[in-house]
Amino acid sequence: MKPVSLFLGCIIPNRYPGIEKATKLVLDGLGIDWTDLAGASCCPAPGVFRSFDKVTWLTLAARNIVLSEQMNRDVLTICNGCFGSLTDANHELKHDQGLARQVNKHLAEVDMKYNGSVEVRHIIEFLSKEIGPGTIKETIKHQLDLKVALHYGCHLIKPSKERDLGTVENPVFFDELVEALGAQSIDYEDKMACCGAGGGVRSALLDTSLEMAEAKLQHIAEAGVDCIVNACPFCHLQLDFGQVEIKDKFGHEYNIPVLHYSQLLAIAMGHSPEEVGVDLNFITDAQFIDRLRG
Amino acid sequence: MTKEPVKLLDDEGLTFLTCMQCGTCTGSCPSGRYTSLNTRRIVLSARRNKDVYHDKDLWMCTTCYQCQERCPRGINIVDGILALRTESVHMGLMLPDHRKVAGLVIEKGHAVPINDTNRDKRKKLGMDELPETVHKYPDALDQVKKLLIATGFVQLVKDTEGKEKEGGQ
Repeated sequence: MKPVSLFLGCIIPNRYPGIEKATKLVLDGLGIDWTDLAGASCCPAPGVFRSFDKVTWLTLAARNIVLSEQMNRDVLTICNGCFGSLTDANHELKHDQGLARQVNKHLAEVDMKYNGSVEVRHIIEFLSKEIGPGTIKETIKHQLDLKVALHYGCHLIKPSKERDLGTVENPVFFDELVEALGAQSIDYEDKMACCGAGGGVRSALLDTSLEMAEAKLQHIAEAGVDCIVNACPFCHLQLDFGQVEIKDKFGHEYNIPVLHYSQLLAIAMGHSPEEVGVDLNFITDAQFIDRLRG
Repeated sequence: MTKEPVKLLDDEGLTFLTCMQCGTCTGSCPSGRYTSLNTRRIVLSARRNKDVYHDKDLWMCTTCYQCQERCPRGINIVDGILALRTESVHMGLMLPDHRKVAGLVIEKGHAVPINDTNRDKRKKLGMDELPETVHKYPDALDQVKKLLIATGFVQLVKDTEGKEKEGGQ
């Protein structure tokens, strides 16, 4: 497997740093050759920036990819938005020389050149393909006796034309990684539905965005799970902080704990919930946190 | 010069002309359950060269790609919506909250920059107060700023100021 550089994006380091810490502990624990992608910026956010100006979107994305090219490392993302933006931009630039020329003209201003020599990965597909649920099962220190509602999020698997991850209607590779930790992935209605945050909807039309999040939370509550596990900090924010906003705006209370898979895996590998910031979420539940301890 | 939707989508290799109006897109849309967004209607309007650029529904799409994945004619619907949004923005239409997000990236290099609460959370976790991003490296932030000027993005955001009323948004 090619060495990787860790791309943090915005929400993980600046809103949920526990996910950043958990990811680094997990990568170390699995013996993966990784380093920080120092000096990276916003990916930039696919829904908003891709909507505004294609060449700007591609140029900022290319700069982040070039930083990793300079170290001859693949880019490892921990966020569906960053993965979507960087992987789609990488794909466009590799296949459209005209666009690559325009982007390189701009990058020359900061003495950079995009070569298209590295790939963009997402922690979930990376762990699934490069490590595998079997190895993860053997690596962990303790089993987690939890019922989990899994949320893939959209841009991990879609658009599928630029991914190699199989079905988008009923994927299982993420479920397998969760079940490798001893947890049970519980099916629920509209499991593959969007959390409602993407495409600039959360930033400009909050109430609408929260209605979509609440539909998701209702279905999850009906399934009777211990927590939600996701692959993306924007979905994480929408489903965690979103519960506070839904209570304030619509008066409905859910109190469902939310974890990124990096946090769940770090805990199964023997780290405490506090070490990876589970207690720094907006929805916290002391009883649930106690159940996570080995 | 604003391009007509058919020409715009054609130039991007994203023609909507093969759409048979089956409605699979609308039926699959998570946003359409809660908003006025009707993807089938946007596709129809665009291929009839109607002015979809002022249609506020364009901005209700979460870009989840479910419509695009399920389209029986294989039309790249979301890519098309993104192209229509871009033309709309270049006409001077940008939602005020989106302009704020754009401003944050122009100023800080992050759409969601660090704040005091999260500096404290990082310290509590035994991490550096600032992440290994443009937040920690001023030279890297300067590169981002230069690029955003070079691509014309700073000017684009400036040009959209105060134009919401014209756009009926």
